Formats: sequence, structure tokens, C-alpha cells
Amino acid sequence: MKLDKPKLVVVGNGMAGIRAVEELLKLAPGLYDITVFGAEPHPNYNRILLSPVLAGEQTFDDIVLNTHEWYAENNIVLHTGKKVVKIDRRARFVEADDGTRVPYDRLLLATGSDPFILPVPGKELEGVITYRDIHDTERMIAAAATKKRAVVIGGGLLGLEAANGLKLRGMEVTVVHLMPWLMERQLDRTAADLLQKTLADKGLAFRLEAKTEALLPDASGKQVAAVKLNGGEELPADLVVMAVGIRPNTGLAVSAGLHVDRGVVVNDTLQTYDPRIYAVGECVAHRGIAYGLVAPLFEQARVCANHLAQFGVARYSGSQVSTKLKVTGVDLFSAGNFTGGEGCEDIVLSDPGAGVYKRLVLKDDKLIGAVLYGDTVDGTWLFKLIREGTNVAPMRDRLMFGESNLGDTGHQGQNKAAVMADSAEVCGCNGVCKGTITKAIKEKGLFTLDEVRKHTKASSSCGSCTGLVEQILMFTAGGDYSAAPTKKSMCGCTDHTHQEVRDAIRQQHLLSIPAVYQFLEWRSPNGCASCRPAINYYLLSTWPHEAKDDPQSRFINERSHANIQKDGTYSVVPRMWGGETNSSELRRIANVVDKYNIPTVKVTGGQRLDLLGVKKEDLPAVWKELDMPSGHAYAKALRTVKTCVGSDWCRFGTQNSTLMGQQLERALWRMYAPHKVKLAVSGCPRNCAESGIKDVGIIGVDSGWEIYVAGNGGIKTEVAEFFCKVTTHEEVLEYSGAFLQLYREEGWYLERTVHFVKRVGLDYCKQRVVEDATNRKALWERLQFALDGEPDPWHEPEKAGVDLKQFIPLVPA
Amino acid sequence: MTFIAICRLEDIPSLGARRFKRDDGKVIAVFRTAEDKVFALQDKCPHKGGPLSQGIVFGESVACPLHNWCIGLNDGKALAPDEGTAEKFEARVTDGMVELDPWSGVDMPMACAPSTDAAAE
Repeated sequence: MKLDKPKLVVVGNGMAGIRAVEELLKLAPGLYDITVFGAEPHPNYNRILLSPVLAGEQTFDDIVLNTHEWYAENNIVLHTGKKVVKIDRRARFVEADDGTRVPYDRLLLATGSDPFILPVPGKELEGVITYRDIHDTERMIAAAATKKRAVVIGGGLLGLEAANGLKLRGMEVTVVHLMPWLMERQLDRTAADLLQKTLADKGLAFRLEAKTEALLPDASGKQVAAVKLNGGEELPADLVVMAVGIRPNTGLAVSAGLHVDRGVVVNDTLQTYDPRIYAVGECVAHRGIAYGLVAPLFEQARVCANHLAQFGVARYSGSQVSTKLKVTGVDLFSAGNFTGGEGCEDIVLSDPGAGVYKRLVLKDDKLIGAVLYGDTVDGTWLFKLIREGTNVAPMRDRLMFGESNLGDTGHQGQNKAAVMADSAEVCGCNGVCKGTITKAIKEKGLFTLDEVRKHTKASSSCGSCTGLVEQILMFTAGGDYSAAPTKKSMCGCTDHTHQEVRDAIRQQHLLSIPAVYQFLEWRSPNGCASCRPAINYYLLSTWPHEAKDDPQSRFINERSHANIQKDGTYSVVPRMWGGETNSSELRRIANVVDKYNIPTVKVTGGQRLDLLGVKKEDLPAVWKELDMPSGHAYAKALRTVKTCVGSDWCRFGTQNSTLMGQQLERALWRMYAPHKVKLAVSGCPRNCAESGIKDVGIIGVDSGWEIYVAGNGGIKTEVAEFFCKVTTHEEVLEYSGAFLQLYREEGWYLERTVHFVKRVGLDYCKQRVVEDATNRKALWERLQFALDGEPDPWHEPEKAGVDLKQFIPLVPA
Repeated sequence: MTFIAICRLEDIPSLGARRFKRDDGKVIAVFRTAEDKVFALQDKCPHKGGPLSQGIVFGESVACPLHNWCIGLNDGKALAPDEGTAEKFEARVTDGMVELDPWSGVDMPMACAPSTDAAAE
């Protein structure tokens, strides 16, 4: 260790403090000499999982997050079992109760919170405990082994989890609660009644609207024997657990003269009033709020670490929180304002027979709160709508039935992770079963969806199993993992969102990737594989003919203008307008297949022929000899316009769908977009071209054409929504083109039309395209301007900026 | 060490790569960073064998085109938590020419073995 490193001292060896240290080590390893003080004699463990330990479902070793070896490997000096009692801010050192003194340059307070103890007679008797740490948990487990009757004071989250654990350990348990129903801060009465019934069926007894007056001793005068309630009732008790709330542990901060108001007051960079002293976690009051759930604390830790690492760019602006109860067999979710009030509306689904209750609270067309009981699979999605303030008016009728982040295929229709066997496959793309995910969460101490994706690959490909993975996280690691920050940054290189980047490019007239990086103060010199392709697309779509394409910032398929396959060969799909071909095209294809030994020829879902297994070296010659336009089957661009045969041949056809499809394809080909774009045109409502699951689907009727948008046949089948009805071919071109240009200009990279329309609202798209004729024409003109002169990369590679050297491997001279 | 000149620096696009085919058929990817440093790795991702030469280069890393594993150009190691190593070769720039020692790699049979986790099961 070098002597000149600044010293960081962390007071508090709990989840928030150590998370901040972990984040700091990721950003700036070795920047500080780090010392950690913990009052408990243990390394950092997962406090959220105390309830499963109490319930006998996990052991202490299962919930340890950082072993002693971890501290040693990271050169962190750990003092366990030592309580810091003094901060000398002038001389800059801390002192522990055993006299240990450590100097600091930066100090991080993460002292957590203390349980609240009711000021009633008898509170100091033996057998009266709080529920806060592993020591309390072990005392409860020991008591349950020898004693019979327990009373839990407090019917909130923690109290009910304690009661459930003690019951499972064989005690008779009564819950005493001051309020008229359980978990009144998270549940409305109906949901609470259902919860109470479920818990009563498990054998718990309840006294509601009951105030504890005194704890009565036994004959010895030392051990608790009963709880006396305000009505006079005396509940016999060998063990009394107080779970009536927590309060920030601020004693040390107060003694050091730091500003404390409810918690240690911090600003958006998690600094206290002494700029050398930071604070995170339950001991903190940020904008007047003290948080007690893990997700906000982790977000604080991330921001704090960013500043400790001297990056100085992150800000914490508060969190929305949601709650889930960790009692096996109880599905409960609550978020936001669920009590309603002035100007609020309720949507309620109640099925007491099935034990399901759902209540959604709306205000000004936004979801502001939700309570789910019995079926919580949609919790994550609803919470996202609350956090992001999404306008839910267009989906009001479907809101109650949820989206659940679950695709239709790939996991046998499963939607409840808890009942799945360990061997059941969760992620069909990467072949990850439930047991593997559970094991990784436990062994590697994973907390977020992102971490599970990185470690197990589950939910990292198509994402359709995200809902299941989140549930597994919840059951395995506990807590509330969906409370990610409202603002999702584009990638690890920046804190800016996709929208902010798009806005900056337009407002500042930025024309190159380095200009974007400089203006938005990117953290990495040349970005990463996720932000570079996005920014390249934003530049080109915002400033066509002005911004210059950067092929090295495109995914390989768009650089080599063919689809890479698992063995490193490529596939080639020539364009066939509207899916129509002829004998001379087919003859050329056959010749090319023979000449270049192309192993597989396959008909695609978009009515094209796919030549698979072409060697990279052969691509330029294959394109040339095919003498057909690029099919762009490799690009985030217009792929195909699928058509039925239409009125030329079909006895039911009302419109010439093949011609319409060809006109659309000729007008729109070479059109790059945030993601791939697929169109279809059917000549009658029998819809043989499957227009109902396309980004733009056209259906001919006798009186004209119906246009549908934002359908998707992929991961989750999404039926396209009716957009408008028009009469002529020209109108179909203009309306479809204008809608796609809106998507091109305002969509986020890798966002399909279905997600774009969900985000901005179908009504918005209609306003901009259908109702506002001037705007529609302007959009349509801008699209035509962008496509004007756009080269075919197969046949004008120089103009398209294709690096032709890539096709020729280097060989020894 | 036997370096041979394989191309001019400008024959490799900045933040790009070229493939070098050895006489025995082995393909080596030669990368160029934004600072005009060059690196060489076997053109085979330790995950599923994807051609690293076709990936997106950023900083001193490349993202494999098949499943987006990030491989360090300097040591061939996969970015944690992924585990695995691509065979590394010596490369340098001399007077504007890219030079490669195509036989400098150390075959690492363990590199492509399943990750330690799976092996322990």
C-alpha cells in the first residue's frame, strides 16, 4: 500500500455502505485506503433475508454477501464488533468504543437504523426483543426452541414476517396491531383482509385496533409473561417481539455536529453539511425522506460512489418504492398511492373465491398506485408505469390484465416462478433453468435483473422471460428489485437517456459521434458496442445527407451487408419486390448457389429466398452475379413487404395487394430505422399476408385500404392497432411513410414500432399523422428526402461507404 | 519472435479489424484502436467461437458479434463475469506497417473448456 493514498473510512458494515464501496471499487479501484467499521461481529450480510432465516428456509451462511476474504482481497481493513463513538471533524479521525482511531480524508456514514421501542412498562424485561439484525433473529430461533407463546407487536411488513417465522418454528403467535387492518401503509382494507385470512389459515392469531399498555413479568419479576392490551385483555407471552418501526441511527452524526433532521441530511450527491462526509442508507434523510428499502439505498450507493471516485457526474433525485411481502405462499405487491383521494379513480378486480384482488388507482390518465393480492405477476410492469408516469388512457381497458413482461412462447406458458421446479427452463433462448438462476443469485450475491443477466445470461437475449426472472430474484434475494431509477441511462458510458441524446443531437446540430461524446461528456473515449450504433443511427436519421455514416459503429451485419451466422459464414437475401420473382431471377440464384457451393436455400417468413452459408470472401461476387437489389435482411431497416396475390388472381381479392406492396417496397427500401421494419399488404380481410402482426399492415377492403400499425409477430405476439382508413394507393404510401418517419425521428434505437407506440401513445401518432395533414406531408417529404440517392450497398459499395478490404483476408506474403 | 509485415496501418480501419490467415488455416484477427495501437487475437471467441474480427471495437476491447461477449484486446480475456481467454499474438506497428508474429500465440486448451462453475458441478 502506498502511503500517499487518500483514506476513506466507512462507518457501518451493512448493505448500503458496502454497496457504495463495491461501486467505488468498480469505478476507481485502488483510489483509497479503505477502512470499514461494523458494530456487529459479522461481515456484511443480506438483512432483507433475515425473515427466510427465521422461517428456517435459509441459513446465515446463505445470506452473507461479503466474506472476510472479500475484504482482504480488496485491501479493506475491517473492524467488526467495534462501534464508532466519535468523529473529530477538525483533526479528521474517527474513534471506536475500544479506542481504535483511524484518520480519514473522506468519511462515509452508513449507520443504518434502530428499531423503535415502545415506551411501555416492562419493555426492559427478558424475552422482549426487537427484530433488526441476525442477533435478534438468533434469539428468536433460540426462544422458539424452548418456549411456546409469542406475541408480535406490530402488523407491518417486518412484524408479519417475524410472526410467520415464529409460527413455522412451532410457536403459537398472536399479532397485536394498533390500526384497523394489517400493513395499512401498503395495503387497503380489502387486500389486508385477504392477507389476514391467509395468515389466519396458517395459524396466526390477530388483535387489531389494540394498543399495548404494558408488558407484565412472571413471578420472578425478570421474564416477560404477558402483554396487557388497552381493553384489559392479557395475552400470555414467553416471547415478545417489537416490530413497530425503525428510525434512522443518527446519534454519531448529531454528536459530530452534522445537520440532522429525521435522518442525516444529505444533498443530491449524498454529501452531508460537511463536504468531506458522505452518508447513505437508512440513516439518511434525502429531500425529507428516509428510505428503508434496498433499491433506493443501492441507488444512493451508486451515486455516492461516483462522487467518491471523483467522477462527479451522478445525482440522486429520490426514488419511488414498492413493497412485496416475503411470506412463502403469500403473493402481495403494493406501490405508490393506493388510497386514492381527490380526482382519483379506481379500477378494481375482486375474486375472493380465488383469493385474488387487484386495485389500480389512476389520476389524470396516469397510474399512481397499485395493490395486488394473490396474483402479482404484473407488479413489475405496473410499477414501471407508475415510475415513468406513462399515459395509460389508451390501455385502460387492458390495464387490469397486465402485460407481465412475459412473452407468449418459450416458457410453456409459465407465469409463476415460485411453483416452477428447479429443473424447469426459464430462459428458452439461453437454456437457463430456475435452479441455475437461484444458485447464481445466492452464490454471487446478485440483486438486480442486470446482474442476473450478466451472470446467467437468463433474460439477456429476447427478454421474454424477464417477468419470471424478476420473480425468482424476489423470492431468492428478497426485497424490491424493480425500483430502478426512473431515468434509464443509455449505457455504462453515460448517465444520459436515449431521449436526451436524441434531443441534444437535434438541438445542438451535432453531426458526428465524437461531437456527441464531447458535448454530452461521455465517460469513455470511444463509447461501447451499445451506444455507438445507437448514436450513429440518431445522427443519420436526424441529419440525413449531412451526418456521415460511421461503418465501424455499426453491427457487423450492417457493415458487411449480410447476416452473420453461428459459424461465421453469412446469409444473403436478395430483394424480391412484394415477394414476386421470375424465371430469370430464379435462374441467376440457382447459378450462384451452384457456383459458390452455398449449402442451404430457404424460403423466409417474409416471402424471400435466403442463401445460407456464404463465405465472407464470396459476398461481393455473389451480390454482383445475383444482380438483384439488397434485401436488407441484415439491417435495422425496411426488411420486406409481404403480400397476398390480390385481385389479379384471387377470387376473393378486392384490391391489388401485390401492386400496393411493390409500390410500398419501392418507396421505402433502403430505409434505416431504430429496429427492423416489416410490412404486409392483404387484398381482403381474410388477411393472408398476416397484416395484423406487422409494423405497418395494410388490408384492402372494397372501399379502400385499412392501415394498421405497431403489430409484432415476435417474442410477444402483438396485434397491430387500427390507424386509419384511406382510399387511394398514394394515400397508403403517404400515411404509412409518415408514420414510419415519425418512428424514425422519435423512436429509440432498438425500439420496435410496438414499443414506440406504447411509449408515446397511439393517439399521439394519430394526431401527428392522421389528423394533422400538414405535418403528415412534411414527414412524408422528409422521409423521401432522406431516402433520395441512398445507395444500394451491394451494387454501389463505394457510394455506400462499404469497406471492401474487409472481404479479403490477409495472407503471409 | 519472428514478425512479418502483413499490411499497412491504414488497411485496417480505425476501431476495426482484419483477418490474417495462417498457412495452417488458423485465422488471427488484427485490431486497430482509436489511438492506432494494434493487437492480435485468434479470431475465435472463447464463448462459442464467434469471429472476433467482425465485432465492434471500443477502447481496448472488442464485442463478439455473436453474443456480445466483451474480450480485452490486450490479454484476450473475457470481461467479468464471463470467463474465458482468446489466444493472443504479438503485433506492432513499424514505420506504418502492421507486423504480426503469427506463431507467438500460446495454445491454451483450458481457455475453451467450460467455465470453472460448470466444471465444478
